[in-house]
Amino acid sequence: MMPAGGTKVRIQGLSKSFHTNGHEIRVLENIDLDVRDGELVCILGPSGCGKSTLLNIVGGFLPASSGEVTIDGLPVREPDPRRIFVFQERGVFPWLTVEGNIGFGISGLPPKEKAARIAHYVRLVGLEGFESAYPQELSGGMKQRVEVARALAVNPDVLYLDEPFGALDSITRLVMRSELLRIWEAEKKTILFVTHDIEESCQLADRIVVLSARPGSIRRMVDVDMPHPRDLSSPGYLALRDSILEEIGLAHRI
Amino acid sequence: MNATRLDPARPADAPPLEKKPRALEAILLPAVTAGFLVAVWHAAVVLSRTDIFPSPLAVARGLGELASKGVLGTYVRDSLVRVGAGYSLALVLGIPAGIALGWYSGAARAINPVIQLLRPISPLAWIPVAIVLFGVTNSAAIFLIFLASFFPIVVATMNGVRNVPSMFLNAGRNFGLSAPALFSRVIFPAALPRVLTGLRVALGVAWLVVVAAEMIAVNSGLGYLVIDSRNAGKRYDLVIAAMLLIGLIGLALNLLVGQIERLRAVRWGFNVP
Amino acid sequence: MARPVATDSSHPRGRRARATRTLARALLPLSGIAVLVLLWDVALRAAGGPSQLLPRPLAVVLAIAELAQKGFLVKHVVASLFRVTWGYVAAVLLGIPLGIVLGWYRRGGMALAPLLEILRPISPLAWIPLAILWFGVGDISAVFIIFLASLFPLTLTAMNAVRGVELVHVNAGRNFGLRAPELLRRVIYPAILPQLLVGLRLSLGIAWLVVVAAEMIAVSSGLGFLIIDARNAGNRYDLVVAGMVLIGVIGIALDAMMRSLERSKALAWGYTAAFEADESRIDRKAAAGAAVVP
Repeated sequence: MMPAGGTKVRIQGLSKSFHTNGHEIRVLENIDLDVRDGELVCILGPSGCGKSTLLNIVGGFLPASSGEVTIDGLPVREPDPRRIFVFQERGVFPWLTVEGNIGFGISGLPPKEKAARIAHYVRLVGLEGFESAYPQELSGGMKQRVEVARALAVNPDVLYLDEPFGALDSITRLVMRSELLRIWEAEKKTILFVTHDIEESCQLADRIVVLSARPGSIRRMVDVDMPHPRDLSSPGYLALRDSILEEIGLAHRI
Repeated sequence: MNATRLDPARPADAPPLEKKPRALEAILLPAVTAGFLVAVWHAAVVLSRTDIFPSPLAVARGLGELASKGVLGTYVRDSLVRVGAGYSLALVLGIPAGIALGWYSGAARAINPVIQLLRPISPLAWIPVAIVLFGVTNSAAIFLIFLASFFPIVVATMNGVRNVPSMFLNAGRNFGLSAPALFSRVIFPAALPRVLTGLRVALGVAWLVVVAAEMIAVNSGLGYLVIDSRNAGKRYDLVIAAMLLIGLIGLALNLLVGQIERLRAVRWGFNVP
Repeated sequence: MARPVATDSSHPRGRRARATRTLARALLPLSGIAVLVLLWDVALRAAGGPSQLLPRPLAVVLAIAELAQKGFLVKHVVASLFRVTWGYVAAVLLGIPLGIVLGWYRRGGMALAPLLEILRPISPLAWIPLAILWFGVGDISAVFIIFLASLFPLTLTAMNAVRGVELVHVNAGRNFGLRAPELLRRVIYPAILPQLLVGLRLSLGIAWLVVVAAEMIAVSSGLGFLIIDARNAGNRYDLVVAGMVLIGVIGIALDAMMRSLERSKALAWGYTAAFEADESRIDRKAAAGAAVVP
């Protein structure tokens, strides 16, 4: 487990409702959450519980209906390049090559430095040889890695990951999870990770925030006191997974 | 659940804390803009002291005059009847032709160049041909409208049938569908959204051509009104009144056909709300 | 029933057979036109022989040759292309920026789009009286008519293209700190380019279609003028049809030119490839009833 610093992201009394056709739909209710600097927090909940909405509000893409999000003590009003949001693989720009995408946020750098940074992150996510390929020619997993590399290239303090591995096949997903952990341990980012996958959250998180179904509110917080790499068949891991399964109300056997 | 679906009505540009436009604005905003433009038009006419170009009031009076003479309804009806006849004919002939061309790709390859060659030719250029074929009659006008809407219907139907994913066809065959069943249960529903789009475009074209068609010496219709009002006495108020009527009816037709695209059975094919 | 397919590469049938097939594929498009010409000729014979009102295909070819010989051919073609170019370029310069702004500022779009939708169904012909009133009889009026005819579809295409840009791309751009002008250049513009190019091609088609209407305004050159004049002055129907054929052929050439632009500009990221196969998707988004003409 990473040594955690002071509070990086603070969410206070956050609620959100949408108006559609005159109906008010409450999506999030009274969320309080502090994320420490360098912490990897998984926000876990069933589909439609508002976890993506929560992440979009924290990222500054949506306004909150009430409550506040502060980062380093400053309220969030709009998106900021110091905090990059990774949208599944759909956020990759189809009109740019792999290099063009990864270099998107660092266009202000001198060309040499930019090229070096791009090359570094191409290597980090294992896309050597695909530098001038267009997203259309890549698999879902490769596009996902392009997005992660694009985010990391601007050296943000915080990464927001919205079910980033949902569209991947199960093998690539496992590979990407250990990649993410490797990058996280090397670069010391604060990560907010939204998922509906219990196993995924147990494998990755320092802390798991379990949301209830709509309107989403925090149902339970679970500190995961297990070092990486985690043994997925150890009694501690299985106990953790089962306790969350139980929390969500699912049987242990199928 | 993902970011785009969170709030599809949200404008891409809205600063994060702005509220999205309300439904009322969809009516109010254009109404206010239209009112503003009419006011500018009025002011321009008054300030420039033109005695040829009519003010909005003169146009409204012109419309009133036509209505009181009883010709307004007749003209609208006659134009609609011509467009209806030409368009229906194009529908009846164009859809089967498009289906055949979509199915037999060899035929499509042979016919497509002919369609491409005829496409850029203005309905106006066909007027002499229409007159030679049908004389100076209502049929000549209907022929022009037919011609103009026939090609988009054929092309859209052809593309619709052609682009039915082979996966669907294979799935249909897999379930043992006979040829007619394959057509009615797979190809037709799969091609339908695209065909409907073609029908909408074609109706727009048919209505657009009504002026050209009514240049052929017929003596009723909104197109006739435009031409006649100018030639006989430079009645620009009536010219503009007729133009506005053509525009409004065109918009109404478009919205009407647009409603079909909202039916449940075809809504899956339209990604635009 | 099996879908008949012209090519079947799974069965090797020898070189000669393959060569024949290639030839057949090349000739097939021409055969359609050949059949049309043949039908035309046969129909005339059946109808009692060609006359001044009903020219044979050969008479039309001779008419084109006659025009070429007298030097009128180049004159008319150039005059028409000149008017279309000016009207179209003006429409592009005004319509595309306007459309982008209306797509970007949703309230602006809400305010103006319905008015554009009212103006769009009005035939360019109906504008002729106003064009003459404002610009007099001459080239400017003709150019204005072409300008108007291509302006509405271009504006609406650009507007709908911007509205269709994926929110996730805009958000990603904003996340990297882009403000409006940069966002426009680096996200919106590349995202709409494929649709824009298709829209440009379709509206050039419209501009060309309208040339006949525009040249009804007493100008004394151009293919539209040729058609009107050949009929009015002496019922030279061979020249009428010659003008129509020339318009058709040049229309195909313009279309092919714009298509090659689409390929060179946008195929790089393979977006257009999908669009090309799926043209009516563009029609639906961009045109929704626009004069995406026959």
